[in-house]
Amino acid sequence: MDTIYLLIVLAPLFGAIAAGLFGQQLGRTGAHTVTVAGVAVSFLLSLVVFWHHVFGGGGVYNETVYTWLVSDGIRFEVGFLIDNLTALMMLVVTFVSLMVHIYTIGYMHEDPGYQRFFALISLFTFSMLVLVMANNFMQLFFGWEAVGLVSYLLIGFWFKRPTAIHANLKAFIVNRVGDFAFVLGIAAIVFYTGSLDYATVFGQAEGMSQAGISVLPGTEWSLLTVACILLFIGAMAKSAQVPLHVWLPDSMEGPTPISALIHAATMVTAGIFMVARMSPLYEFSVTALGFVLIIGAVTAFFMGLVGLVQNDIKRVVAYSTLSQLGYMTVALGASAYAAGIFHLMTHAFFKALLFLAAGSVIMAMHHEQDIRRMGGLRKYMPITYATALIGSLALIGFPGLAGFFSKDGIIEAVSLSEIPGAGIAYVLILLGVFVTALYTFRMFFLVFHGEERFRHAAPGTDHDHGHDHDGHGHGLQGDPKESPWVVTVPLILLAIPSVLAGYFVGPLLFGDFFAGVIHVDETRDVLARLGESYTGVMGYITHGLAMPPFWLAMAGLATAWYVYTKRPDIADNARRRAPWAYDLLNRSYGFDQFNDVVFARGTQRLGQWLWRFGDTLLIDTTLVNGSARVVGWASRQVRQVQTGYVYHYAFAMIIGLLVLIMAFAF
Amino acid sequence: MFADWPLLSLVIWTPILGGLIVLTMGDRMPEASRRVGLAFAVLTFLVSIPLFTLFDRGTHEMQFVEMIPWISTFNIHYHLGVDGISMPLILLTTFTTVLVVIAAWEVIQYRVSQYLAAFLVMEGLMIGVFSALDAVLFYVFFEAMLIPMFLVIGIWGGPNRIYATLKFFLYTFLGSVFLLIGLIYLYTQSGSFAILDFHHLPLGMTAQTLIFLGMLLAFGVKIPMFPVHTWLPDAHVEAPTGGSVILAAIMLKIGGYGFLRFSLPIAPDAAMALDWLMVTLSLIAVVYIGLVALMQQDMKKLIAYSSIAHMGFVTLGFFIVFMIYNNTGSWQGAALGISGGMVQMISHGLISAAMFLCVGVLYDRMHSRRIADYGGVANTMPWFAAFFVLFAMANTGLPGTSGFVGEFMVILAAFRADFWIALLAATTLILAAAYTLWLVKRVVYGEVANDNVAGLTDVNRREFWVLGVLAFAVLLLGVWPAPLLDVLAATVDNLVRHIAVSKL
Amino acid sequence: MIPLSHYLILGAILFALSVTGIFLNRKNLILLLMCIELMLLAVNMNFVAFSHYLGDLSGQIFVFFILTVAAAEAAIGLAILVLVFRNRQTINVQDLDEMKG
Repeated sequence: MDTIYLLIVLAPLFGAIAAGLFGQQLGRTGAHTVTVAGVAVSFLLSLVVFWHHVFGGGGVYNETVYTWLVSDGIRFEVGFLIDNLTALMMLVVTFVSLMVHIYTIGYMHEDPGYQRFFALISLFTFSMLVLVMANNFMQLFFGWEAVGLVSYLLIGFWFKRPTAIHANLKAFIVNRVGDFAFVLGIAAIVFYTGSLDYATVFGQAEGMSQAGISVLPGTEWSLLTVACILLFIGAMAKSAQVPLHVWLPDSMEGPTPISALIHAATMVTAGIFMVARMSPLYEFSVTALGFVLIIGAVTAFFMGLVGLVQNDIKRVVAYSTLSQLGYMTVALGASAYAAGIFHLMTHAFFKALLFLAAGSVIMAMHHEQDIRRMGGLRKYMPITYATALIGSLALIGFPGLAGFFSKDGIIEAVSLSEIPGAGIAYVLILLGVFVTALYTFRMFFLVFHGEERFRHAAPGTDHDHGHDHDGHGHGLQGDPKESPWVVTVPLILLAIPSVLAGYFVGPLLFGDFFAGVIHVDETRDVLARLGESYTGVMGYITHGLAMPPFWLAMAGLATAWYVYTKRPDIADNARRRAPWAYDLLNRSYGFDQFNDVVFARGTQRLGQWLWRFGDTLLIDTTLVNGSARVVGWASRQVRQVQTGYVYHYAFAMIIGLLVLIMAFAF
Repeated sequence: MFADWPLLSLVIWTPILGGLIVLTMGDRMPEASRRVGLAFAVLTFLVSIPLFTLFDRGTHEMQFVEMIPWISTFNIHYHLGVDGISMPLILLTTFTTVLVVIAAWEVIQYRVSQYLAAFLVMEGLMIGVFSALDAVLFYVFFEAMLIPMFLVIGIWGGPNRIYATLKFFLYTFLGSVFLLIGLIYLYTQSGSFAILDFHHLPLGMTAQTLIFLGMLLAFGVKIPMFPVHTWLPDAHVEAPTGGSVILAAIMLKIGGYGFLRFSLPIAPDAAMALDWLMVTLSLIAVVYIGLVALMQQDMKKLIAYSSIAHMGFVTLGFFIVFMIYNNTGSWQGAALGISGGMVQMISHGLISAAMFLCVGVLYDRMHSRRIADYGGVANTMPWFAAFFVLFAMANTGLPGTSGFVGEFMVILAAFRADFWIALLAATTLILAAAYTLWLVKRVVYGEVANDNVAGLTDVNRREFWVLGVLAFAVLLLGVWPAPLLDVLAATVDNLVRHIAVSKL
Repeated sequence: MIPLSHYLILGAILFALSVTGIFLNRKNLILLLMCIELMLLAVNMNFVAFSHYLGDLSGQIFVFFILTVAAAEAAIGLAILVLVFRNRQTINVQDLDEMKG
C-alpha cells in the first residue's frame, strides 16, 4: 500500500509541477490533461484505499516515509496515517477536486492564466492530501500552511484587480494569526510529550491534562486545555470561525472553481478535520470543548444572518459556508465528532455543487454576480437549475437529502449535550436552520424565478460587489445559455452524492466507522445515546419530520418563496423599518472596519512611530550621529590648540619639558 | 583522495589568489576578468565540497586541522579546522560567491576586475574567519574582511555611499576592538591564542561578564542586534546587489558564529547570567524590527530590516537555552534552540541572498528601489514574479521552504522556556507575512503601475539560473533539512554539554 | 682658568636667546632658521665644555656630527625657504599656518 499512498499524494504534485513549470510547452490542452489525469489517479486510488480500509478490513496504516530531521531527541518525520477518517477525507478531497478540475476546463476557458490555474489547483490537492494524511503535527502544519499558500495565490489569481490582491493578503494574514496560535499549540504539545507523532501524543493526553502551565502569573491552567484552545484558534482561522472569519467572504474575489474547492468543500474544513483528528486530546478538556461549542454556535447563527442581506451570489454562498462551518464546529464542541465529519462530507458535496452552479450562472450572465440583476433563469438553464435546487434543498436539510441527515444529527446531538453552553448553542443553531432556509431560497428565487431583470441594466443600485473582470457585464444581450458539458457534468456528478451521501448516516454516526479513530468520553457520547433510538434510514427521516428543525426549514423556505416571488415589497419595507439592523448585517457586524482601524492601521501607525522615533530619531540621530557630533564638537574645541605656528608648538614643548623636569626633580 | 590535502588552506587561498590574478588583469579585458573570476569562484566551490562529503558526522572534534607556527614568540599559530557549526557556513560562503559573480555579469561595467577581485578576496577572508582556530588569526581575518566590503560599498555603491561605508566600518570596528581586548586578556590568562584552549580556561564571574559584554559588542553589531542595528539598512541600501547579498548572507552570520565559537563556550556563566538581556534584545529584534520593516518605503531597507528580525531568531535560539535550563532544570530542548538558530542562519543566508538578488533584478531595469515606483510587475515579468513570491513566502517562514525549519525549532525550544517568549517569537509568523506580502502586493501584483513597469523585460537566462538555483536550495532545505542537522548534531550536543558545566 | 659654570651659563644664555627668538619672531622665516642654528651651537658649547672638563673626547666628536647635521639642515632649510617664497611670495611666519587645525 505504501506505493499507493505515495502515488495518491504525488500524482497531483506531478501535475502541478508539469503544468506550472512547463505550461507554455504543454499548451492549454496539455496542462489540463496532465492535471486532470493526476487528480483522477489520486481519486481512483483513493477509492481503492477507501475500499481497502472500510470494506477490506485493512488495519490502520501508520508509517514514516522519511525523516525530516532529528534534533535533541525529537524526531520530525513525514509519514502517513491512514484510517477510516483519512480514507473518507481523501475520497472527498480528491472527488471534489476532480469535479472542479473538469469544471475549470469550461469555466476558465478564456482566461490567459489557464495553465497557472490548473497548476495551482493541483498543488492545492497535493497540499490538502498531505494535510489529511499526516501522522504527525509537523506535517499537519506543513499541509495547513501549504493550503493557505495556495489559497493566497488563488484568491489573488486575477492579480490585476485591487480587490483581489487586497483579499488575498487579508486571507493570508488572518490565517497567519491562526497559525501563530497553532504553532504555539504544537509547541505546547511537544513541550510535554517530546514528540510530534499523533499516536505518541494521544497516548500521553491524560498526563498532559493534569500538567499545568502558568500562562498568567499566579494562575495555573491545564496544559492540555491551553494547547487545545491554541490549536483551535488555528482552526478558527482556517475554518473561518468568528472572529477570524473575515477573510472568507473576501476570498470570493478568486475564481469560482476555487471558491467551490478551497473555500467551501475542502480547505476551510481542515480545521474541522483537525479537531476531529485530535479528539483524543479534546476529550480531556471540557473547557476547550465548551469554547469550541460557543464559537461554532455564534458563527452558525450570526454569519447566517449576514447571508440574508448579501446581493453578490458568491457572497451569499460564502456566508452560508461560514454558517455551515459553524454547525460542524458545534458538533465538535458537543463531542459529536462523527456528526461534524459527516456534515463536512455532505457539505463538501452540496456546497461545491452550489458554488459551481453559481459559477455556471455567473458565466451565463457574463460575469455579473449581483442577484438583483438575475431572475427567471430556470427556463434557460435547466440543468443548472435542477442541480442548484438539489444543492439548496440539501443545504437547508430537506428530508431525504444529504444535508438533512448530517444537520439533524448535529442538532440532536447538541440537544443532548451537557457541556457548558450547550443550551444557548442549541437555540442558536435551531434558529440558524430557519435563517439558512431563508437566505438559500432568497438567492434561489431571485436567481432562477421571477422577472428577468438582467434584460435591463438596473441603474441606481449600489453595485458594490459586482466585479466583472472582463469589464462588460451590464445589460445582457440575447438569452442566457446553458453552460457546456464540462460544466454541467460535474454539477450532475456532485448532485448525486448531495442526494445520496446522507444514507450513510447509520454507519458513520451510529456505527463503528470511526471506531478507534475518534475517541469520545463515555459520559459525553451523545451520538451513542442518539444511536440507541436509531432504527434505520427511514426511521431517521420520519423521526426528523416530527422535529423542529424540519419545520423551521420549511418555514424559512415558505417565507423566502412568499417574500421574494409574491411580495418583493416586504423585504424593502423590512429594510426601511429597521435600517440599523440592515446596516449592521450589511457591514457584517463591523468586524472589517474594526480590524482595519485597530489592527491594520494601528500596526502601521505603530510601525511608523517606532521607525521614525525609535530607529531614526533615537538611535540614528541621537545616539549614532549624536556621538559623531560629540566627537566632532570635542575635536573642534581641541583644534584651537593647533595654530599651525611652529613657535606655539615649541613653546608647548618647552613648557611641557619644564613641567616634566619639575615633576621628576621634586 | 582529498582526505590528506590541506583543504581549508586551499579553500581560503584559492579565491584570494584568484582575486589577485583578476586584479592584475586590469580594466582592459572585462570579459576575460569575468571568466577568470567565475572560474576561481567555481573552483573554490568545488574544493569546498569535499569538506561536506568527507566530514565525519560522528564527532565534535575539529576536522581538517592544519597547524603551523606563525609568531612563536606569542604562541600564535596558523591553526585551521572546522566542526559542525563552521563547515555549513563555509559551504554557504563558497556557494553564494559563485552566485554573486554570475549576478554581476553584465550589471557591473565600472572597474569590473576590481569588483570581482574584491569579492574573491572577501570570500577567502570570510572562510578564514570560519575556519580559524587561533584567536589572532581569527581577528586578522575578521578585520581584513571589512576592507573589501568597505571598498565594494564605497566604490560601486549608491549616492549616499560614503556615509553608509563609514557607518558600517566604524560600527563594526568599534565592536571588534572590545573583542581584541577580550582575546588579549584570555591570552594573558592561558598563555595561548588557541580558541579551543580558551574554551577550557576557568574564569571568574567578573572576567567572564566583561569578556562576554566585549564580545557581545563585536558580534552583536555584526549580527546585528537591536540597538546597534542601524548600520545595516543604510549599508544595504547603498551597497550594490552583490555587496548586499554577501553582507546579508554571510557577514551577518559571522556574528552568530562568533557567539557559538566564543561567547557561549568561553563565558557560559556570564551568558547564563545575562540571558535575560540577550533574550529581550532578540525579542525586540523580532517584534520591534518587524513592525519597523512594515513601514519601509525602500525595498532594500525593508529586506534589511527583515534580516535583522530573522537574525533575532538566531540569537533567541542561542540564548534561550539558559532560560530553558533555569525554568525546567534540564538541558532538554537546548540543542533544539541552538540547532534551530544555526539552521535559521543558513536558511536566512539563502533567502536573503535571493531577496536581494530579486531586488537587484528590478533595480537593474528601473534604477529605483522605491516600492511606490513599482506595481504590477507580474504582468511584464511572470517568471520573476514567481520567483519573488516563492522567496517572499520563504521569508515568511512557510513550511516546505528553509525559512520554516529554524523558526519552528526555535519556537518549540522557546516554549520550553516560557509561554510568553514563545508567543512573542511566534508573532513573526504574522509580522513577516505582513511586511513581506505587503511588499509583494505593492510590487508584483496589481495593474501595470506606469510606463517604466510596462517596459520591463522578464529575467534573462543568467538571472533565471541564479534565482532558480537558489529556489532549489531553499526548497531542498525546507523539504529535507536532515543532512544539515546531521552535520550539526554532534557539535551542538557537545556545545550544550560544555556550557552546562560552570567555569567558576 | 675659567670655571665650567661660565661655559654653561654662556650655553644657557645662547639657548635662551634662540628659544626666545623662536617664540617671539613673527616675521621672518630666516630668523627662525638662524635661531635653530644658534640653539644647536649652544648645545655644542655645552658638549665641548663638558668634554674638556671630563677629559672625554667623544663629546667633541659629537659636536662634529652636530655641525654636519646643522650644515645639512641649513642647506635643506634654506632650499625649502626658497621654495616657500617662490610659491607663496612670502616668508612671513605669521602667514605660514598650513597646519592650523
